[in-house]
Amino acid sequence: MAHPSTYQPNSGIARWLDSRLPIPRLMHDQFLVFPTPRNLNYWWTFGGILTFMLVVQIATGVVLAMHFIPAEDRAFDSVEKIMRDVNWGWLLRYSHAVGASMFFVAAYIHTFRGLYYGSYKAPREVLWILGVLILLLMIATAFMGYSLVWGQMSFWAVTVITNLFSSLDAVIPGLGTSLVEWIWGGFAVGGPTLNRLYALHYLLPFIIAGVVILHIWALHIPGNNNPAGIEVKTVKDTVPFHPYYTIKDGFALVVFILVFAGLVFYSPNFLGHPDNYIPANPLQTPPHIVPEWYFLPFYAILRAIPDKLFGVIGLIASIGILFFVPWLDTSKVRSTSYRPIYKWFFWAFVVTCFALGYLGAQPPEGWYLVFGRLFTFYYFAFFLLVMPVVGWIERPLRLPGSITESVLGPQKAKAARSPSPAQRMPEEVA
Amino acid sequence: MTPRLSLAAALLALSALPSAAEDAGGTSHAPEIVPQDWSFAPPFGTFDNAQLQRGFQVYKDVCAQCHSMRLLSYRNLGEPGGPQFSPKAVEVLASQVQITDGPDEKGEMFQRPGRPSDRFRSPFANEQQARALNNGALPPDLSVMAKARPGGADYIYALLTGYHPPPEGFELAQGMHYNTAFPGHQIAMPPVLSDNAVAYTDGTERTLENYARDVSAFLMWAAEPKLEQRHKTGARVMIFLLVFAVIMFLAKRRVWAKLHHRDASHAA
Repeated sequence: MAHPSTYQPNSGIARWLDSRLPIPRLMHDQFLVFPTPRNLNYWWTFGGILTFMLVVQIATGVVLAMHFIPAEDRAFDSVEKIMRDVNWGWLLRYSHAVGASMFFVAAYIHTFRGLYYGSYKAPREVLWILGVLILLLMIATAFMGYSLVWGQMSFWAVTVITNLFSSLDAVIPGLGTSLVEWIWGGFAVGGPTLNRLYALHYLLPFIIAGVVILHIWALHIPGNNNPAGIEVKTVKDTVPFHPYYTIKDGFALVVFILVFAGLVFYSPNFLGHPDNYIPANPLQTPPHIVPEWYFLPFYAILRAIPDKLFGVIGLIASIGILFFVPWLDTSKVRSTSYRPIYKWFFWAFVVTCFALGYLGAQPPEGWYLVFGRLFTFYYFAFFLLVMPVVGWIERPLRLPGSITESVLGPQKAKAARSPSPAQRMPEEVA
Repeated sequence: MTPRLSLAAALLALSALPSAAEDAGGTSHAPEIVPQDWSFAPPFGTFDNAQLQRGFQVYKDVCAQCHSMRLLSYRNLGEPGGPQFSPKAVEVLASQVQITDGPDEKGEMFQRPGRPSDRFRSPFANEQQARALNNGALPPDLSVMAKARPGGADYIYALLTGYHPPPEGFELAQGMHYNTAFPGHQIAMPPVLSDNAVAYTDGTERTLENYARDVSAFLMWAAEPKLEQRHKTGARVMIFLLVFAVIMFLAKRRVWAKLHHRDASHAA
């Protein structure tokens, strides 16, 4: 939130730096005293967790890259060499693989939190759009990273997904095929494909890091949304970021790492597919090609649509539609807690995403396909029908008068609004 | 659709799915895998060295006739967290095989006894030879087999003990064998293990079940040679994180108590 700077350089060097590159001032104003709504619940801790996961992925990834060989006939063995002969290589590789899953767990919770509490509404549209962009980049990065193992699932996932572009042949004959061959660097998925996926997999995380900085910047202009979905009115509605939220985020992060470590040390392959321990074989298609769990809902949408081109459009639209959410939702109220009708549709949407995830792992036939289509319909109907229409017809519940009132109730909040100067705490002054 | 109705539809959909799975999968050809008790089960499990040594013996005497393990070296057999053969035994085991090396200074390839640093010798020179000698089927490499099939070690045990006469009316293709654990129940691999097939010397009973269990454990180690280190490190990390979480929770409560105290004093 834009607020006057309270930074006081307290040494000669600090004063010298402050007039040249005021990084200490930036850190002080944005991460120490930054006024943050006092009512943020634990769903708000996932932003910090995501930043941590990005650092984990880059740190483990850079070391793995020192040992990985991006060649068709050596990639699979070089991964196994990391597992066997590199010091703590198994820890690096399992942390990186499980880390990708944990990254998506946190990203999906973070996104659903934004959806539930209306964090995309004015004045936070750009913040939301940058978030969707990060999600899109994460999907691309994770897909490329999974391909590098060069096991059966890696290879066939690359084959299936890159082949989607050939659907453009339906628009201009030959366009799709040419595009796919350009992506492959040949006439089939092979060594050149692996090599370019590796190069891009190393590049994209740094682009993500750049967009994350923009995302945090865009957060620090309007400040945090909060569970009540109402604006900060007085300084008493806020607490300084440090120590209140550094400690709360820190606690949540440690619990998150506990789950992460539990998977890494006791069930590192739980979220993976056994077929990816079979080296890639272009001559043998696995009976069921399934993506990693975090892509399953989108895969279900792709397969629910009978036409190939429209399936691909549906797949892209399932993420792309998120960009328009700030303008699709017509309600004046941010937090779903105060929206008695929308609340039901929201939870039905959450159920839909889980159901699509389940269906994405099943063969697209019989009842699976029927339900896949029903849930795909609701997925898009939620954004295109529910969001605009419910916003118009719904009468939201009465909002609390202030953030302080939402925490303490009207009586106490009134008392808190008029403190005697003697009772003021130092951080309020700050 | 009213909100209640949409929720009901969603729940209905979820409840209907498992039955659909049975219809689609079919029950007669599904693999039958019974979970076994393994010494290496998480969270504290370790490998049983003697079992791994017996398992290696089964691999060497039986499986290695057809199956390669190209990711393993003889030196691995002596490393901690594995069968832990003595350095002398590892050298002897390695020297029992002939390795093609070269070229020498005349440009000729030559045969020499194996060294601990050599990879496990593969039974066939290439895939074509393997298929030619195995009725067209390719015996898969076993290095990471215990991670490459659903069920892992349980699956390998079930497969090795799963050879039975086919049920009435089951049509077996030429050269195939009936196996209850294999998907589709038709496998090209013949039943190679039977009671007394391998000469155990440590007094363990020479039964098919023991051979199958020991070689499954050995293959689990081969696929996951750092499993013991992982479990041990995991225990330390988890204890550290649990204590850290408690400290963070208490610190968080204490920091926020200041704010709650302020609220209470204002209200009073």
